[in-house]
Amino acid sequence: MSLPGRPPGEQIPLVDAARSAKGAPWIVNAALVSLRRDLLLAARRRSEVLTALFFFVVVVSLFPLAIGPEPALLRRIGPGALWVAALLATLLGLPRLFAADHADGTLEQMALSPQPFALQMAGKVAAHWLLCGLPLVLLAPLLGLQFGLDGDAQGVLMLSLLIGTPLLSLIGAIGAALTLGVRGGGVLLSLLVLPLYIPALVFGAGSVEAEAAGLGVRGHLSVLGAMLALAVFFAPWATTAAVRVALE
Amino acid sequence: MNPSAKAPWPCESLAAAGTRRSELTRIKRFRAPRQNDAVCHARRTPPSMFTATDLACSRGERRLFDRLNFTLGSGEWLHVKGENGCGKTTLLRTLIGLAPPDNGAIRWRGADIREHAEDYRRAFVYLGHQPGLKEDLTPLENLRLSLALDGFACNAATLLAALRRMGLQGREDLPVRHLSAGQKRRVLLARLLLRPAQLWLLDEPLNALDASAVALLGMLITDHLSAGGMAVLTSHQPLPLAPGREVVL
Repeated sequence: MSLPGRPPGEQIPLVDAARSAKGAPWIVNAALVSLRRDLLLAARRRSEVLTALFFFVVVVSLFPLAIGPEPALLRRIGPGALWVAALLATLLGLPRLFAADHADGTLEQMALSPQPFALQMAGKVAAHWLLCGLPLVLLAPLLGLQFGLDGDAQGVLMLSLLIGTPLLSLIGAIGAALTLGVRGGGVLLSLLVLPLYIPALVFGAGSVEAEAAGLGVRGHLSVLGAMLALAVFFAPWATTAAVRVALE
Repeated sequence: MNPSAKAPWPCESLAAAGTRRSELTRIKRFRAPRQNDAVCHARRTPPSMFTATDLACSRGERRLFDRLNFTLGSGEWLHVKGENGCGKTTLLRTLIGLAPPDNGAIRWRGADIREHAEDYRRAFVYLGHQPGLKEDLTPLENLRLSLALDGFACNAATLLAALRRMGLQGREDLPVRHLSAGQKRRVLLARLLLRPAQLWLLDEPLNALDASAVALLGMLITDHLSAGGMAVLTSHQPLPLAPGREVVL
C-alpha cells in the first residue's frame, strides 16, 4: 500500500506508553479528574471566580450603608443578609457550571466516557463549591464584623454556611443542568433554583438567631445537615439525568 | 503475547504486563499489521462486529431515514454519504448512544449498546462537529485531560510525540484559542493516536484539514483498520482510503 506523504519506513505506533489508569480506585478517580480539570480551568480564568466573591462582599456591605449605624438592628439582620448574599453569589456562578462545556463539546465527550458520568458531574459540583462556596464561608466572619456579630454568632454563622453552601451548589447544579441549552436560561435558572433554596435559607439564617435567643443551634444545623446528606446522594443523579436530556 | 479478547490494544496489555523494556519492544512489533490476527480472533472471541438493524430516526416530525441496516467486521469501514441535512450527524449520534433511535437496534459484539453502555463506550472514540477542546488550555493539557476523563493515563513524552506526529511541534504550550481551525482539528486527531479504541466514529473528519493532514489521517485510518479496527466516517470529500462499505441516506 503506498499512500502519498508517507516516508518509507516511518513507524506509526505511538500508543505504547499509554496505560490504563485503573490502578487507582476508579470511582474516586472519575470524580477527581473532573474536579482537577475544573480547578485548572478556573485557574486560567480567575476573574470569573473573583467576580462572584466581590459580588458577595459588595452586596453584604450595602446593608449597613443603607440601614445606618444602629447596632441592635444590624445585629438582628446580619445573619440573614449574609445568607441572602451567599445565595445570590452561588447563583452567579451556576450558569457557567455546564454551559461552557456544553458549547465546546467537552460535556458530550464526558458523557461518552466509559467512566461513570454521575461521578464526573459530582466532581464538577465539588469544584463549584470549592470555588464559589468555600471562599464565602471563609469571608463571612470578616463581613460579620460590619454587623457587630459577636464571637459565638460568628462561629454559628460560619458553621451554618459550611453545611449550607455545598447544599446550595448541589441544588443549583440540578437547575443549571435543567436549563442547559435554553435561551435566556440564566433568568429561568434563578426562578427555578431560588425557591428551592428557601429551606436552606430558613434553617441556615435561623440557626444564628436561635443561638442569639439561647435556644441552641443543634436542631437547625441537624436539619441543614440532613438536607445536605440527602442532596449529596440524589443531586448528582438528578443532574446527570438532566444533562443527558440536554445532550440528546 | 495474545491480543486480549476485550480490547486488543497495546495499552491494556502494557498495564497488565508492567512496563518492562522487553514488553515494550514486543508490543511495538505487535502493533504492526498481522496476518494471523483474524484467525485467532475467529477462534477465541466472539466476532467483533458492529451491527445496526432496521434503524429509523427522525428530527421533529420529519423522518430522516428508516430501515437502515449495516454490519461492520474487523478491518472494515463505513462511509456515510448524503446531502446536507439528510441525517448523517444524527445517525452518528444515534450510533454512539447519545440520541435514542425511533426504531431498530444497534449491537456491539452482539450486545445492545444501551444495555452494555460502559463496555461499548470503552470500545469507541467519537469526534464530532464541535471542537471538544478547552480554549484556555494548551494542546498538551487538553489531550491529557481528555484521556484522563476516559480513564487512561499517559506520560508527557507520549503526548508530545503524538502532537509532534500531528505536526504541532512548537505549539504544545500555546493556549488552544491561539491555534487555527485546522490546527485544532489536528489536536483532536492526536487523540486517535493515544486513546485505545477499536471503533472510530468520525463526523466530517476532513473539515478544515490541509492536504498533508488529510493524507496523514488516511494513513492513521488505514493502520487502524489493518490492526483489526473499524471506522464509521461521514465526509463529502473523497477519502484517501481503500474503498469500504457505503451507506447513502
